[in-house]
Formats: sequence, structure tokens, C-alpha cells
Amino acid sequence: MFFQNIWDIITKYYPDFLKGVGVTVLLAITGTLFGLIIGLLIGVFRTLPKAKGKTAGVFQKIADYILVAYIEVFRGTPMMVQAMVIYYGYAAMTSGQTLPVIPSAIIIVSINTGAYMAEIVRGGILSIDKGQFEGAEAIGMSHWQMMTKVIIPQVLRNILPSVGNEFVINIKDTSVLSVIYVSELFFMGKNAAADNYLTLETYVVVSVIYLILTLTSTRILRLLEKKLNGKEHYTICGSQSNPDANIVVNTKEEIPND
Amino acid sequence: MTENTVISIQGLTKSFGDHEVLKGINIDVNRGEVVSIIGSSGSGKSTMLRCINLLETPTSGDILFDGNSILSHDFDIKKYRAKVGMVFQSFNLFNNMNVLKNCSIGPRTVLGVKKDEAEALAEKYLSMVGMSSYINARPAQLSGGQKQRVAIARALAMKPEALLFDEPTSALDPEMVGEVLSVMSDLAKSGLTMVVVTHEMGFAKDISSRVIFMDDGVIAEEGSPEQIFSSPKEARTKEFLTRVLSK
Repeated sequence: MFFQNIWDIITKYYPDFLKGVGVTVLLAITGTLFGLIIGLLIGVFRTLPKAKGKTAGVFQKIADYILVAYIEVFRGTPMMVQAMVIYYGYAAMTSGQTLPVIPSAIIIVSINTGAYMAEIVRGGILSIDKGQFEGAEAIGMSHWQMMTKVIIPQVLRNILPSVGNEFVINIKDTSVLSVIYVSELFFMGKNAAADNYLTLETYVVVSVIYLILTLTSTRILRLLEKKLNGKEHYTICGSQSNPDANIVVNTKEEIPND
Repeated sequence: MTENTVISIQGLTKSFGDHEVLKGINIDVNRGEVVSIIGSSGSGKSTMLRCINLLETPTSGDILFDGNSILSHDFDIKKYRAKVGMVFQSFNLFNNMNVLKNCSIGPRTVLGVKKDEAEALAEKYLSMVGMSSYINARPAQLSGGQKQRVAIARALAMKPEALLFDEPTSALDPEMVGEVLSVMSDLAKSGLTMVVVTHEMGFAKDISSRVIFMDDGVIAEEGSPEQIFSSPKEARTKEFLTRVLSK
């Protein structure tokens, strides 16, 4: 009976569930991506050397406080509450006009994730050897050049596991956006359950779909990580004891130029 | 200070908190000169060198480059750093780039040279230091001596007016020191202005045109290599030299 019900739910509601999966994945991907960009920009800003001028110094200080406040507020309140405040706050300010639901959802997930990413990026920057900064400064790179060409590429590689973690969290946590009627997977499940009264069976199906999504993403992320880490064993070029040894193990094809 | 002076350090002091590392340093480095700075650890050699490149901010005193104070507010530090290269003890090659890109990124981003030209420039200097067959290797794949030679090529690709070396061979295995020193002596002969903080007395003695002995944050003695190594005037210079040369 139970399995029959489950099968019926799948066959009846699969177009809705697929739509829900689409929205959930869209929100998780865009939210994580924009969140990462927010985090990186904050990271670049916060590593700026102290401004020389007095007014510039004051602005830097103020901006720093704003960023800290942003991080603390968005990490310290539930995303469900943030969604309500932002969605209905916008409506209140524009006397009744509401933002379209999907863009609102993307904005909410992005700024929420951004607050976490800012801290992840900060940790990633701290993990980079000081010599990398000095090497870049010593050839005259600007802060922006140093960060974009030298530091951030290395940071991204180091923080990839944490970024992947955020992505998996976002797949699950976007379910709270059903409170502002975002038609993601949980919302679709709720509608289905209201329609057929088979609450348990419906949510079993929904949880299995979530599990499939998260398991697939972790596998894909592992692959990506492996690819970025390169070959497991490095071959030392030449010989340690004989500097003239001229064994070139890498051809142009094997190591990308960039 | 003369017309020929590239870098002029005047009354330079540097303190870290209460600890005064540099206590008034005066050095003029002339064009084409190779100045070796020797002295025991903690004497302030590296701090002095890092002040020249503004990796440390001097506490007081002044540093002039081609007659202009590098500490004045309107001085373009990035342009200056492009002209005064630095080679570090720990190489500091960019780990996310291969050897060729390590050497071409500076000309490309800082000097605005086109990609092909920057790569040609990089290849030219990489072949000068004997690393042209490794252009696609990553820093992690190189030995210490090879890394340091790439780091020298990276600095040279900026076509600097002067190069600063911060103990370039101190992190190397003994058998790697020779390859780096030979590159450096070739550079010295080519007429490049060099300031070298070193523990390699052989280099200081044979290659440099002037030797400065630093002790406890001051210049204890300076002179030609012959004078410092064969007839040092100061007792602490003598003591230092007997200590390091007897090893």
C-alpha cells in the first residue's frame, strides 16, 4: 500500500517535482555563486592596506564597520526570517508592490550566503603564505592585481571544500523560502501533500529527491577538487643534486598555461 | 650623494614596538655598484633591505631614489617597485602559475607589455639563468636553486634599475648555492646595480664592489672587499669575520 502510494505520487506529481528541483538547483547555484562573489569582494576590501589619507581612512573604517554588521546580522538570523523581512519590507516600502518571487529568492540566498562566504574567504586568505603577497608587491602590482592574479586563485582552490559545503547547505536551506511562495522542491511537495493527503509518502519522496541532489553535488564537487589539485605526485624537474640535469617531464599539453 | 647615486639611504631608523632594529643608517648606492651587506643575524640587514622596497615602513629618516624621496605622499610606490626588483630568501614564486607566467605576469600587468612580448622577455631572462627548458613547470616541481633562478629571472623581466637580494642563498641546500651565485656574479659583471644581503663571504669578497658590515642596527664598517676582508679596522668586524670564515 505504502509503496503503491509512493509510486502513484511519483507518477502523478513528477512534473511539479521536476519544476521544484529546477528552482531549488537554480537558487542553490546562483545563490552560492553570487554569495562567493560577495565574499571575495569583501575579502579583497578587507585586506586593503590602511589608507594613507585621513578622509580615506575614515571611509575605510566606516565601510569596515558596515561589513562587520552585515556579516553578523545575516549570520545571526535565520534565512526564513530574512526572507520575510526583505520580501514584505520591500512591499511595505513600495506601498504594496512585491518583488517577483524568484529574483527575491536569489537576492536573499545570495546575501545570506555572502555573509558566510566572507568569513570562508577571510580564512582562505589567511592561509596563503605571506611571501605570495610580498612577491606580488615587490614587482609593483596594485592590491587589485595582486588579489586577482595571485592570491584569489590560490584562495579559491583552498576554500573549494567549504564552498561546496555552502552549496549543499543551500540546496536544503532554500526550502525555507517556501514562506514567500518560492516554488522550489519543498513548496511543490507541500502542495502535493495538501492535494492528496498522503503527507508521509509525499515527504518521503521529497526527501529522497533532496538526497539525490546533495549526493550528486558532493560527488561532482569532489571531482572538481581533484581536478584543481592536479596530479597526485609531482615530478621534480631535474635532479636535486645535479642542477644541470635536464629532465623535462612536462610538455605544454600537460600543464595548462594559465 | 652624487649624480650617479641610485639609492640614497639617509638616517634610516626602524623600530618594531620598543625594539629599535635600525639606528640611523646612511648608504649611497651608485649606478653599477654591487654592494654586499654582511653581519650576524639580527643585525638589521634584512630589515634595512626591506625598507628600501617599502615592505617595511621606515620609522624615521629618508630614502631617495634618483633624488626623489620614496616616502613622500605623492611618490608612486608601484612604479618604483617595478624599477627596484627584489629577490627573496624564500623565493616567493607565485604558486598558481608556471615558470613562464611567473616571469611574464609582472611585465604584463604592471608594465602593460603585450602577452607575446612579455613572454619573449620572460624566455630571454629564463634562458639567461639557465631555466628555459622548465618554462611549463610549476614552482612545486622545482628544486630550491631552480626556484631562486626563476625568481631572479622574474625580477629581471621587469628591467629593473637596481636589484635587491635578501639572503638569496640562505634557504638553499649547499649544493644549490653555486648555481645561484654564478647567476648573480654574471649579473654583477653585466653592470646591474645590486644590493645583496648575504652570508656568502665568497660572493661578498670576490664579486662585490663594496662591502658593508652591519652590527646591532648600525653600519660598523664599510669599504672595498680587500679592505674589509684583509685589513678590517673595527674589532667587531674582525671578530665576525674570524667567526664566519673559520666555519
